[in-house]
Amino acid sequence: MTDDTHHSHKHEHDHSHVPPDPALRVQALESLLVRKGLVNPETLNTIIDTYANDVGPRNGARVVAKAWSDPDYRAWLLRDATAAIASLGYEGRQGEHIVAVENTDKVHNMVVCTLCSCYPWPVLGLPPAWYKSEAYRSRVVREPRAVLREFGITLPEETEVRVWDSTSEMRYLVVPRRPEGTEGLNESELADLVTRDSMIGTGQPRQPD
Amino acid sequence: MNGIHDMGGMHGFGPVPIEENEPLFHADWEARAMALTVVMASWKRWNIDASRYARERIPPREYLNSTYYERWIHALTDQMLEAGLITEQELRTGEPVGGPPNGKAPLDPDGARAMLRRGGPSRRQVDAPPRFRPGDAVRTGNRHPEHHTRLPRYARGKLGEVVLHHGAHVLPDTNAIFQGEQPEHLYAVRFAARELWGPDASPRDTVTLDLWESYLEAR
Repeated sequence: MTDDTHHSHKHEHDHSHVPPDPALRVQALESLLVRKGLVNPETLNTIIDTYANDVGPRNGARVVAKAWSDPDYRAWLLRDATAAIASLGYEGRQGEHIVAVENTDKVHNMVVCTLCSCYPWPVLGLPPAWYKSEAYRSRVVREPRAVLREFGITLPEETEVRVWDSTSEMRYLVVPRRPEGTEGLNESELADLVTRDSMIGTGQPRQPD
Repeated sequence: MNGIHDMGGMHGFGPVPIEENEPLFHADWEARAMALTVVMASWKRWNIDASRYARERIPPREYLNSTYYERWIHALTDQMLEAGLITEQELRTGEPVGGPPNGKAPLDPDGARAMLRRGGPSRRQVDAPPRFRPGDAVRTGNRHPEHHTRLPRYARGKLGEVVLHHGAHVLPDTNAIFQGEQPEHLYAVRFAARELWGPDASPRDTVTLDLWESYLEAR
């Protein structure tokens, strides 16, 4: 695979003639692509609007709340998360294949992508900056407990911290433990307790008031 | 490739930069960079593995000096040049020469909604039966290919246990360099933290990676 010449591994393009300020660089690129007929600017707005307003951690919270409330749905989610999540209308880019992993009193799951920043977009939206940071990517696999302490979580020694490094197109969604004292809450009230970080494994759900 | 992107286990990057009430984008250009990258994929001149490989080929000094979306825009520019969608001259002058491939119209908003909803599933049907099953002990190969691969350095030559079989999926190693999808069975393989990091690691903790069949040997 090293004899491919066209798509060589070498870095060949000179970027010194493009503006150093990323805002100007992106603006110049967008303008060129629009004028060349490669990009419809309205389409850019649609894509941005989708991730600003439609696709975000509220989706994942609804999945988790339903799993907490409905044992059949929970079983389906743990068996075939892609289908169970699609049944609520969440699917597509960067969530084509999803696995749900459940926290218990013995296992705490957390998700990272050490090689890039793979993240389950349809259920969590675009990743936060810390998820994409060098610090998170480098440290979670080696010292997950130290990273968890920075997020305010200290786990008992006996708990297995199970880190999932997203090296393929499988995306991992953590199902956090349902907080105590939430027996009377409905799905929508439960969803309000489910934080983004609790579905990555770097947070716990909120406690009910 | 043994690039700077392969960060698992590195020291020296400091605490995790947690930001309270973080905005979705830190500047408008970040949103435009994200959307440009997503929409340009609709010309189907590359695939997600090639895009990852393009980011990995950013020289390490520059990779570390770039923010996330700066890397995206850098890689996108390289990919458009390599695919001939734009030229160095157009980039330099800002003046387009010619139009889109075959005079095709760019993706419209409805097309984008459909594309995001469809995604790009990587699962494929293959005739070969899976070589491993959950419960099998395996060792990862100790290989250092120059090209794209999804077996990080920290997990090479290590003993693990297959915990899930995900079916067969497109092999990134070949797909990234346009040498075909060559789908293989894909497994989640679990490693004891001590196997990866030695005796100072917790005896209970584990790291699980998704690994293609050709990355693995029977133990």
